[in-house]
Amino acid sequence: MWHVGKVIALHGETATARTITLDVADWPGHVAGQHVDVRLTAPDGYSAVRSYSIASGPNSEGRVELTVERLSNGEVSPYLTQELAVGERLELRGPIGGWFVWRTHQTEPIQLIAGGSGIVPLMAMIRARASAGSAAPFRLLYSVREPAAVFYRDELQALTDNDEGVSLTYAYTRAAPKDWPQPPGRIDAALIANATLPSNLVPTCYVCGTTSCVESAAGLLIGSGHNPDKIRTERFGPTGDRK
Amino acid sequence: MSSHNYDYLDGNAAAGELAKIFAVDVTAAQGQCAHCGATKRFAESHLYMQCPGVVARCAVCEQVLLRFVSIRQRAFLDLSGMTYLSLDISQSEEQSFPQKVE
Repeated sequence: MWHVGKVIALHGETATARTITLDVADWPGHVAGQHVDVRLTAPDGYSAVRSYSIASGPNSEGRVELTVERLSNGEVSPYLTQELAVGERLELRGPIGGWFVWRTHQTEPIQLIAGGSGIVPLMAMIRARASAGSAAPFRLLYSVREPAAVFYRDELQALTDNDEGVSLTYAYTRAAPKDWPQPPGRIDAALIANATLPSNLVPTCYVCGTTSCVESAAGLLIGSGHNPDKIRTERFGPTGDRK
Repeated sequence: MSSHNYDYLDGNAAAGELAKIFAVDVTAAQGQCAHCGATKRFAESHLYMQCPGVVARCAVCEQVLLRFVSIRQRAFLDLSGMTYLSLDISQSEEQSFPQKVE
């Protein structure tokens, strides 16, 4: 159940988040949306386990990418984002989860809603869609604190520029770029109405973010006519030092 | 402002720990709440981790569905809050992606 992953690359996404690329020799493969548990063990035997979503799409090379946001009071994320070096090894349990996943045979429209680092498992879905050559329409609403907090900006830009089947709307909660049409604010009913797939297209919706963000966005989707059975959610928070 | 306490995660976050005892994925399993009768995916349950183990509560009525604690070499599982749990065993032998072939 536990695997050992060797760190083969580190890439800063933002001032507080970085992507860790692991080579996992006996990795059984994963589906977009799944997560892993990471276990760190101190020399005295004390260990801490935290869950992180997988950012990379399915692949046959045993590659697992995690994007980890540093939490100032975190026990694990400061190590992963500041101290971990290429060549070191991490213990991983997974892949975990069979509900908050997108499988390449799904052809229905997909609405993704990310709050902050909740983008990570949704990025795996977008990458899986691209690598599978899927034509399923994807729309992403990415709510983020400020422009500098966006993960994967260039890749998202390229994916949406080159494929009419994928569209992206940013929603800034604290600071928006100059000339941005909306003042900063949380996802509200107007944004859901203007920037997400309408319920009559019967999209499957994936919502990932902090618990308060997920509760709010899922409630707004239901309020705009989406069937609760078509909404899949994943919550994270400091409780589990998640993502 | 809302008066809600958002101090829970969801069933997804328990799946790694529960994999110690479940051979198949538990997040997609459907369970019926013994208190209110709601049938939901385990991933949709509200998960409380600020305790020695984990407690999953019904997303509808907030009553306890599952308690799980693992201490030293023993695991304790209380499922009395669910009338049943329905698991997909079709993929228990299947890998989600082929192994590296060399």
